[in-house]
Amino acid sequence: MADLSITFAKKIKSPNPFWLASAPPTNSGFQVMRAFEAGWGGAVWKTIGEPIVNTTSRYSSIDYNGVRMMGFNNIELISDRPIEDNLREIYEVKKRFPHHAVIASLMVESKREVWHDIVKRTEDSGTDGLELNFGCPHGMSERGMGSAVGQVPEYCEMITAWVKEVAQTPVLIKLTPNVTNIAAIGRAAKRGGADGLSAINTINSITSIDLQDLTPRPKVRGKSAHGGYCGPAVKPIALNMVSQLTCDPEIQIPVSGIGGISTWQDAAEFMLLGCTSIQVCTAVMHYGFRLVEDMIDGLSNWMDEKGFKTIEDFRGLSLARMTDWGNLDMNYKIVASIDPDKCIGCDLCHIACWDTAHQCIHIEGEGREAPTRNEREAAMNFLQPPVHHPLTVHEPILHSRGITNQNIGISGNGGARRAAPPITPLHASTQDAPPALRSNRVPYVDEEECVGCNLCWLVCPVEGCITMKEVDTGLPEESWNKRLKRLSQTAE
Amino acid sequence: MASKPNFVQISEAQFRTNFSDLHPPLGDNAAVVEASRCLFCFDAPCTIACPTHIDVPKFIKKIATRNVHGSARTILEANILGASCAKVCPVDVLCEGACVMNHHNEKPIQIGLLQRYAMDWADQRDYQPFAAGNPNGKKVACIGGGPASLACAAELAQMGYDVTIYERKPLAGGLNTYGIAEYKLTPKDAVRETERVRHLGVKFECGVEVTDHIGEATGKAKAPATQRSISFRELEDQYNAVFIGIGLGETLDLKIPGEDLGGVVDALSFIEEYKTRRTKCRVGKRVAVIGAGNTAVDAATAAARLGAAEVRMVYRRSEKEMPAFAYEYELAKRDGINFNWLTQPVRIHGKKHVEKLECVRMELGKPDKTGRRRPEPVPRSKFFIECDMVIKSLGQTKFEGFLQGILHLNRAKDGRVMVDEMTYQTSNPKYFAGGDCINGGQEVVDAVADGKKAAHGIHGWIQGLG
Repeated sequence: MADLSITFAKKIKSPNPFWLASAPPTNSGFQVMRAFEAGWGGAVWKTIGEPIVNTTSRYSSIDYNGVRMMGFNNIELISDRPIEDNLREIYEVKKRFPHHAVIASLMVESKREVWHDIVKRTEDSGTDGLELNFGCPHGMSERGMGSAVGQVPEYCEMITAWVKEVAQTPVLIKLTPNVTNIAAIGRAAKRGGADGLSAINTINSITSIDLQDLTPRPKVRGKSAHGGYCGPAVKPIALNMVSQLTCDPEIQIPVSGIGGISTWQDAAEFMLLGCTSIQVCTAVMHYGFRLVEDMIDGLSNWMDEKGFKTIEDFRGLSLARMTDWGNLDMNYKIVASIDPDKCIGCDLCHIACWDTAHQCIHIEGEGREAPTRNEREAAMNFLQPPVHHPLTVHEPILHSRGITNQNIGISGNGGARRAAPPITPLHASTQDAPPALRSNRVPYVDEEECVGCNLCWLVCPVEGCITMKEVDTGLPEESWNKRLKRLSQTAE
Repeated sequence: MASKPNFVQISEAQFRTNFSDLHPPLGDNAAVVEASRCLFCFDAPCTIACPTHIDVPKFIKKIATRNVHGSARTILEANILGASCAKVCPVDVLCEGACVMNHHNEKPIQIGLLQRYAMDWADQRDYQPFAAGNPNGKKVACIGGGPASLACAAELAQMGYDVTIYERKPLAGGLNTYGIAEYKLTPKDAVRETERVRHLGVKFECGVEVTDHIGEATGKAKAPATQRSISFRELEDQYNAVFIGIGLGETLDLKIPGEDLGGVVDALSFIEEYKTRRTKCRVGKRVAVIGAGNTAVDAATAAARLGAAEVRMVYRRSEKEMPAFAYEYELAKRDGINFNWLTQPVRIHGKKHVEKLECVRMELGKPDKTGRRRPEPVPRSKFFIECDMVIKSLGQTKFEGFLQGILHLNRAKDGRVMVDEMTYQTSNPKYFAGGDCINGGQEVVDAVADGKKAAHGIHGWIQGLG
């Protein structure tokens, strides 16, 4: 079985890389001890500072297709509990769980002596490290703290340096994503002497507006304020920002990855982009601390499968596969391939390709024929809709086959003015409802026209039905950058 | 039914419990979750499978976005009887049977329940999405107040026609009101749905008998002497076109001795009685239902739910040939119905009242012209089934006599009215037809589709006349 233990910034040891982020789940010793019992390897304490007063309500969320809390938003501030209570509980937790990582998150007003004071008091509690909260984007930032610090490289560097003047334990800087270039802030923290970074904090957000009373959420007596967004929805943004930090040659200090992590797969992805530990909040706020069991189990099984014995064996391995667009091979070609045995006939690939991509997935069936390229171009030229017939009038299925076919005709159309329609035989209708045939609905790909964009594969609900096959273009590998170089050489 | 010691009755509370919703409605969140499972297929098979071609993915997507208003409108645009169809449609063989999820090792989307969700929304608000069209001065009569006529009338009224429905029973709705198992559709809901048609300006002449040209009443002259009537000739004189939506006639007789004994009833009358008289309807302690179609199942399950201690279905062929839908059979089994397969009743015994059913065992011989193996009696296999009530459910007749009153009306050998495939016009150009009387007995949704299409046939024909 794989060894999941980590050492962060040379000094913070943790039995596994799964930490709870500084947030409501780490508000008290009681909660952190429950979390450690459930299996969490570390916890970053709810930010400690001069106690604040919170509002009700505090949270709002985005549901997606009936699934709750795809994205989550809060306007809660830092700890509302006295500093000494928090520090006493940190001491108690460390005494009970000496091998787990406890990191104190701190936020105080931007004065050197105030920071010195809180760092010394906190380290006396036995904490393994400090995380400076330069990320909180709501409320605290209006008072000159949190992201108000994290958005200005000079402030970030200065306060980090103040803390480092007295800190004995590793100092992590928690960064806000609400900046143009997160790497610039990461570099400032490094210059200030930071031992590690935590990223990302929450993203400025308004989750939704109640369409009945027109009030944005969460509501506080008929009003709202912007909050911080997190949860599964932010993971792709967080992954990108983390890679901006881990790829930066000037930074090169350990990163604790945060942002929408709910599963071991999410965690593995952050670590493949260079994170040493990861932090979770929204997922446990949704399901409780027990979530860590599968995170540990899943990551361990995957590592065994891949032959990774320690976290360090795979940490950062995907970074080499991240590059600039200009280095991607433009002569690599894939095309979509549909497995007719797996196709269930929803035809979503067809309509997605037809309406929004490259019009190269066709359906052949009764009453419909795939237009030829010429037909399509002709349709374009005359600004007519393409030769394609979304079925608005369906042929009747019932009554389509009569049991008796004697044509008795309808005599005298009463002096009809318009041309009489051809007389159809009268039928005694029969029960005849053939099920919609799947085989009639299997679309096919025009490989010549397919640009290999992946859209059909992404919309297909059936796993393994659409695959993207590599096609040999017979051309050598060539990126945009290489092509520019080649063209400039030929010009010379 | 005479009061007999071997007959039972249940209380109103028991009735409500026993005949409560077969499929309870979805809650708001459950509806959104279920709607969100829908893949939103392009040119969706469910829509093709629905005889009225309700745009199923469209109405489901609207539920997912909590636009239930738009969802209800989408359904009613295609099917004015969307509320009853949501409850009584055999979805397994229609929309849900066609759902692509069936090929995906997943349960099909619960289209029926989602449709019901939107229709319940509409009913709770007395939602009337449509209005009568600008009057065009043309008049159409619809004979029969069932689904086919309701659909035809609703469609025509929106086009500006002055439509009158003639129904011989006191309430409109046809079999929806009188002939569908209570746990699927209540008369109250069926009648409420007809109000949507009335809202379009359609006139209802209930309790009016249509008589043939020589003044003879339809059906088996059940109508009281005081009942009003109108003849075909009068209809032809007063209306520009006539739609025939009369459904089917009486239940077929068993043609065996003892059929006139007390306690021998036909399935549709029995269903109508318990639906209209509820707890006043008495049921035998031991009931034999003859036949194994969907109506036979409705009658058998009703007997069991009304308190019968022993209900059996008696069918001359085997389980395999049973004409009821598979899920109806399952329903019957769950209600504890017994089955006497390969059993042919030959005589009903009793003094004044049925006491036992004499039967012979059958075996299956060579296939007949329907392709099913012909049941043949086993020699010396006579046996008796003791029972207090016999319910006949062998299908319905086709109003032979009544339709003879319409001149030049061609019918198929089996009695069905023949129509033009596209226009639903009969061989007498003034008459159009739809529903069970042309298809021999199918679903409510088929009748609605017929009525809609016939309305357009009527419109085209009247326009052509100028």
